[in-house]
Amino acid sequence: MGEGKRSIWVFGDYRNYFQNRVTLQLISRASDLAKAIDATVCVTVFGHGVDEWVWEYTCHGARKIYVCDHEKLKFYSNDIYLHLMEKLVREHRPEILLVGATAFGREFAPRLAKRLKTGLTADCIGLDIGEDGLLVQTAPAFGGNMLTKIVTPVKRPQMATVRPGTFQEIPHDNDAVAEIVRVPLPDDLPEDRVTLVSSVRQPERVQKLEDAAVVVCGGRGMGSRKKFRNLYELARILGGEVGATRPVVYSKWADEEALVGQADKHISPRVLISFGISGAIQHTAGIRDAGFIIAVNKNPHATMMKMADVAIVADANQVCTALIKELRKRIRS
Amino acid sequence: MREAPPESGRNHDALEAALVKMIVCMKQVPMVSELPWDRKTGLLKREAAEGMMNPACKSALEAALRIKEGHGGHITAITMGPPMAAEILHEALSMGADRCLLVSDPRMAGADTMATSAVLARAIETFCSDFDLVLCGCHTSDSETAQVGPQMGEELGISSIASVDDLKLTGRRLRVERVSDHFLETLEMDLPGLVTVTTAHYTPRYIPMAGLQDAFREPSILTAGAHDLGMDEAELGLEGSPTRILEVFSSTAGKQNVVLAGTPRKIVEELFERFDDAIGSVIRKDLKAVK
Repeated sequence: MGEGKRSIWVFGDYRNYFQNRVTLQLISRASDLAKAIDATVCVTVFGHGVDEWVWEYTCHGARKIYVCDHEKLKFYSNDIYLHLMEKLVREHRPEILLVGATAFGREFAPRLAKRLKTGLTADCIGLDIGEDGLLVQTAPAFGGNMLTKIVTPVKRPQMATVRPGTFQEIPHDNDAVAEIVRVPLPDDLPEDRVTLVSSVRQPERVQKLEDAAVVVCGGRGMGSRKKFRNLYELARILGGEVGATRPVVYSKWADEEALVGQADKHISPRVLISFGISGAIQHTAGIRDAGFIIAVNKNPHATMMKMADVAIVADANQVCTALIKELRKRIRS
Repeated sequence: MREAPPESGRNHDALEAALVKMIVCMKQVPMVSELPWDRKTGLLKREAAEGMMNPACKSALEAALRIKEGHGGHITAITMGPPMAAEILHEALSMGADRCLLVSDPRMAGADTMATSAVLARAIETFCSDFDLVLCGCHTSDSETAQVGPQMGEELGISSIASVDDLKLTGRRLRVERVSDHFLETLEMDLPGLVTVTTAHYTPRYIPMAGLQDAFREPSILTAGAHDLGMDEAELGLEGSPTRILEVFSSTAGKQNVVLAGTPRKIVEELFERFDDAIGSVIRKDLKAVK
């Protein structure tokens, strides 16, 4: 490429449903950024028998795809994928490299940044191009109460990881075309220093809450276990999931599965409706990636109310009931 | 820098060779949720907050202590931070670490994960180059990047595995378990290596107050600055960091924070009148009122 157009790269992470989704979401964001700096959106796909993903990324906005398809790449391996990626990046010099903040990405990206001696920002919730053409990376800091804007002024590529659900993917387009570059397996591929003894797929159901576009979250302010059940009906109508604070789970109003917080589930819904939650840091750290927030609380000074786009000063359960009624009316049409 | 083995009169070399030499890297994190920060530089005023040992680092130390109890071992706890970070090293001693190293230098302030991992790796190479296993917390509660551990592994040129829940050592072979992207994985690697440890299995032991006091009395903490590590300014702090903070702002900034009050029915009506698009676009339903 060299003298050619600039490029923005996305690491193709596809091992399960959520890894695949975050890749599509990053391709979408990369496409927006590419317009601002006149760049090409490129995706890398490593693995064995990965044509399915090459096709998927093409239909979702990738314009150039580097594919390395080989039996030796069958399992996700840091040692081997890092070697391949470092080689490709050094050869093609992308301006920006985005990686999904999946378990794999969160190990892979920092190691890659170290090898490339460049900067990396973790868990970005916003990516924009600044006036000077730099990638402005917005990321949570200090337990989620603060946000920072970070740039990598000199080193390249500018690297960032992003959690699933932060951006919206481009709808599937069957007519899309991308340039496919087949990358041969390098002859200097290293031995994998880590041996995979066994890998058992766990049910993905457990991630439902983390990936939901709408989450209805309840705290002790809901009043009772019976009233708390109301939230499930609201979530059902909205096509969302129910989350809960620790006191609620301790009181057995909700299952442990629903627990949202700093050491528990981190959620990033595009709409969060919070009922009767005061907003202790242990909880708010788990919802810092939420988009539009509606908070309902009798206390207008609760932290959760200050964090909200819309703060509703009223009884949580009554508002929940009114919402269900109103939604039924409006959605029927 | 090595301390004398506890029992004299035996063949020290043979005894030492059998020990698993472990390094636990730890970070002092603020205990409070509201942190003071410098509006100009965007950096945390760490000296103003009360600190504690980061929970995952404590689990890493616990994992090291269990290996030591099972196999015999020697544990060095290392932290980089301001002088007050020595507090967590005293705590590490009281839990059972054998010696401690505080890497502290005003020029190291403002380091991002690239610069931090470079300093810690250099400290390990300088003071404990014959290590077998490095253990770190999987992430810290204040910045949560989870980047320093894996980057140290790269810097040291050793194999590493991140976010492990459980580890078992057999000879020079380490077997770990972790849950990674919905896969329950069992992995193995040879020492020397690095792991970052989650809080899932390793609940730190309880330290009675007396033990903690004893640890504070013991002056067994080594201190090293940039000079001792042979590092110059270009590798340290802001200068050694590829990233720059442009600004820090409250995560609630930019929120409209519209306050609605009244009867639930009225509130809900107003909510849909003003924000039907914000909600409707996500659930892909037209929420305009039926006329």
